[in-house]
Amino acid sequence: MSLPKINHAAILETKEAFGETTLIADPAQIVDLCRYLKHEEKFIRLSAITAVDWYPSEPRFEVVYHLHSIERNARLRVKCGLGGTNPEIESATAVWSGANWYEREVFDMFGIGFRNHPNLVRILNPTDWDGFPLRKDYPVHGYKYGYSNE
Amino acid sequence: MKKIFEEHVATIAATQETPASPSAPRRMTLNMGPQHPSTHGVLRIVLELEGEMIVSAEPDIGFLHTGIEKECEQKTWQQVVTLTDRVDYLSNLANNLVYALTVEKLLQIEIPPRAQWLRVMMTELSRLNSHLVWLGTHALDIGAMSMFFYCFREREDILRILEMFSGQRMMTSYIRIGGVALEAPRGWQQVVGKFIRAFPSKVDEYEDLLDSNPIWTRRTKGVGFISLEDMLDQGVTGPMIRAAGVPMDLRKTEPYSSYEKFDFKVATHTENDVYARYRVRLEEMRQSARIITQALEGMPEGPWQADAPHVVLPEREKMKTQMEALIYHFKIVTEGFRVPAGEAYQCVESPRGEIGYYIVSDGTSKPYRVHMRTPSFGNLQALPTLLKGILLADSIAALGSMDFVLGDTDR
Repeated sequence: MSLPKINHAAILETKEAFGETTLIADPAQIVDLCRYLKHEEKFIRLSAITAVDWYPSEPRFEVVYHLHSIERNARLRVKCGLGGTNPEIESATAVWSGANWYEREVFDMFGIGFRNHPNLVRILNPTDWDGFPLRKDYPVHGYKYGYSNE
Repeated sequence: MKKIFEEHVATIAATQETPASPSAPRRMTLNMGPQHPSTHGVLRIVLELEGEMIVSAEPDIGFLHTGIEKECEQKTWQQVVTLTDRVDYLSNLANNLVYALTVEKLLQIEIPPRAQWLRVMMTELSRLNSHLVWLGTHALDIGAMSMFFYCFREREDILRILEMFSGQRMMTSYIRIGGVALEAPRGWQQVVGKFIRAFPSKVDEYEDLLDSNPIWTRRTKGVGFISLEDMLDQGVTGPMIRAAGVPMDLRKTEPYSSYEKFDFKVATHTENDVYARYRVRLEEMRQSARIITQALEGMPEGPWQADAPHVVLPEREKMKTQMEALIYHFKIVTEGFRVPAGEAYQCVESPRGEIGYYIVSDGTSKPYRVHMRTPSFGNLQALPTLLKGILLADSIAALGSMDFVLGDTDR
């Protein structure tokens, strides 16, 4: 299902593949874009927030938002690229309160900071865990056990 | 990292120091710990109580986190199927299906009708499986203990059918990329037919057992209300939304795997309480039985795997006699097939809600990133709102009506 073109200052590029629309957005204006998409374009449901680590190429992290509109019966993907050293982006909890746990998970697994998040603590790993497991330079077996051929 | 932890501990300690006064009752912090018979898995909830009333409930998840998403990046595309079974361990085939559909979207291969119908039938059987476990354990938590035995008696039949098809009772991995794993076994129509002809009367039996019990209706009606706006904003999907009146069912709104050819209704209710969710799931069981009957009667003939020799393993006999089949088999098993670079998101209606896989491929034989958008993670996020202001005894009923599974939440 292809959507009619969405216009907003934060959108850098629009891609379509496999019947899905992806917007590449500027991370500095992401909350503005999310608010526009929720209220004007009726994407009231946030399905998921996740991230992809493209180590070693830059921009290293890509934060991906999956949106869903019930009345338009349409889905949308919004991606922003973040640099590798100290990645930070504005939290989307101001727009959807459901972004809370998803951003905590992205912080836990990738180390991406979310500004103005109400409770940015680790969610899946123990609170005092070291390192960010889903990054590509984090070994599969972790650091705690001494596997010889690492 | 340590600093964030210390700040977190400091904020918890601060909330516990509420002094008692004649007008404000003292709050008690109660830990509904990860080991609890009614939390449906290893879920820890930190409750703050004023007498019997819950003031705040803070769930703490991650006890079942096994790093499945990272593990998926280390395995070949076909090997990941066995990992997906174990994410939502009560409805395994729904997970298999969504993974297979997403990868087939990236690969752009056509699935033959027989494989699609077999997938629908098996997914609906696993929906029945999941709802039966839900009904049995939910009723058990509230106190109606015999329901557990009734539901598991039916579940035993379903597990026998799954074993007949795939050799495994639970972690079947029956739905593979390109179709299904094996041809349907001889005599499957009799076994499935016998089960599905007897099933609707069993659902009537459950309804009769519970609805005519005044304790059940008193404990479930009017309990566990959460507003529709809160649910939609916080990422809740599935029967909880349908019990609030919105007919959001992905099998109807975004049909996949030939669901558009089946005739079934979307169960909705308007009251938005525990009783409404129970009625919605009961109705879903009846509709699933209808779908399985239609699949049984109208199952098309033909191949059960796609015609894509570079993806799908060749038949065993062909592999033993033909050279090309042997080479394909060798390459697929040792190196794995390659999926063209790209990304796709596909979602499916699991018994708990919307399950979606976001898969990024970089053109090699292993996935680059697999993100599982699981329904229980989104549903559990609404737990503080659901449990706020209700009695402790009602919280068990409300928790159960949410139907989350910790494997789904933590992955």
